[in-house]
Amino acid sequence: MKEIRILSATGILGSGFKEETMKRAMGLKPDFIGADSGSTDPGPHYLGSGDTLFSDSAYKRDLRLMLLAGRAAKIPVIVGSACTSGSDPQLARLVGIARDIAREEKLSFKLAAIHSEQDKGYLKRKLREGKISPLANAPHFDEDVIDRSTHIVGMAGIEPFVEALENGADVVIAGRSSDTSIFSAMPTMRGINPATVWHAAKILECGAACVVQRKYPDCNFAIVRDDHFIVEPPNPDYRCDPDSVASHNLYENATPYELIEPSGVLNTYAAKYEAISDRAVKVSGSTFKPAVRYTIKIEGAELAGYQAIIVGSVRDPVILHQLDSWLAGLMQAARDRIAAVFDAGIESQYKLDVRIFGKNATMGPLEPETTIGHEVGLLFQATAETQALAIALMKSVSHIAVHYPVPEWTGLITSIAFPYSPAEIPRGPSYRFNMNHVVEPASPLEMFRIEYEKVGG
Amino acid sequence: MKLWQMTKLIRSKNAGPFELTFDVIFKDREGYEKVRDAKLISADWFAKTYRLAPEVVSIINYDAANAIKITIPRPTISGDIDDTDVYGGQQHGPLVNIEVA
Repeated sequence: MKEIRILSATGILGSGFKEETMKRAMGLKPDFIGADSGSTDPGPHYLGSGDTLFSDSAYKRDLRLMLLAGRAAKIPVIVGSACTSGSDPQLARLVGIARDIAREEKLSFKLAAIHSEQDKGYLKRKLREGKISPLANAPHFDEDVIDRSTHIVGMAGIEPFVEALENGADVVIAGRSSDTSIFSAMPTMRGINPATVWHAAKILECGAACVVQRKYPDCNFAIVRDDHFIVEPPNPDYRCDPDSVASHNLYENATPYELIEPSGVLNTYAAKYEAISDRAVKVSGSTFKPAVRYTIKIEGAELAGYQAIIVGSVRDPVILHQLDSWLAGLMQAARDRIAAVFDAGIESQYKLDVRIFGKNATMGPLEPETTIGHEVGLLFQATAETQALAIALMKSVSHIAVHYPVPEWTGLITSIAFPYSPAEIPRGPSYRFNMNHVVEPASPLEMFRIEYEKVGG
Repeated sequence: MKLWQMTKLIRSKNAGPFELTFDVIFKDREGYEKVRDAKLISADWFAKTYRLAPEVVSIINYDAANAIKITIPRPTISGDIDDTDVYGGQQHGPLVNIEVA
């Protein structure tokens, strides 16, 4: 029977897995090792700045074990969405780490680096040709948005992975790519039913996330055949059951029934989940409908401003019983002081906000429950065009805030507890996701340049 | 009984930076069917609680996992200046204590 065995190292590279689990999984003779390295979950900072979610040491630890295992077994190692957002600097960073590992471990391999960063001229041309269209709840998009973006990436499907593997790559490190394409490329090359392949990929891409109780990140393993796949966690402390595997389709997805990929849509409506042991689940019955129009999702981020924050808390019951009016007065006094200190027109050059922890810091104005306890935390936030201006503004705010009066107390009060000196903390640049759109490329490879390199040896 | 007492998990999470999704995963088929058929989790409830038009609330019953999934436009883009919850992971609070007769 035609089958492929897939080892998913972890849900996100850098979060870790147990070395002994990988050893055990290698005994199950996988055909390749895959791992996703990206996410938009941690917000726009990573795409905007090129910074990474995990440390180089964390990436190196995970990638080292994957490369050692992959080279020993002579099977491909495939990593997607390098270093969080899969932009060019992040791809270069992970490729550099792979080179360091190769040198230290005396490994040699053919490396393919798939570039997902997009050329702004190309995107403007596509926009003019009417080949860019919005997805759900997308913000306004035009050439200015493209120009303002610090990085724009395209989310690759399986095609660039297939191209790299067909060209003999032993290790593929990709920029931004769909989580599932990392795990679908090789099975598709082997000619396995795409419905089974994409469903298995969706279950595997989060590593051990589909087990009954995931206590720590770890590997996962599946055997994929034409009409079904079997998922069984290689860690003996973990188990999957039909509910845990079916539930995973819900995760971070707008619908559990559909998974939209560049080349088509996986539909799990008729999927069956059966226990074949107390740890393994057999999944069958999904369908895959090839796309009429091949599209690539693009992600971009732009600078929203530089921020400075002040953290403080209030414990005085007299202030707390009039918190809203006290804080409204304080914010107005802070704005008045800023207007007095800075040049005319300063009002339009900054944004000042406060969040109240212990009241509605999590849900903001949507919070239905607004009673407060014996203390609240306050987070003041200024956003301005430069870091220097954001800090300068906050130096006025902190002095107003720390002595803002209430009618009941006479004499000068100190109304906020500041845990730090100085109270004003630079938070650096703040970015904004600025597109939720798809591009229709002329071919699946058009937006993804692949570089090959002989590493080590 | 509160809704959470019938469930294995109630959670919220980004479905990308522009949408927010909620999962209510029940302990058993009976509880799931009871809440599903009584339409306790409705577009109107979400519209009122999250201050939206009911038309933009998507509710999907997922029999395979005894779960109800609700997806709404994100109140702000993840990580933007006004956002309070980058991962969208703590927006499900009001659902937890829904009263189930």
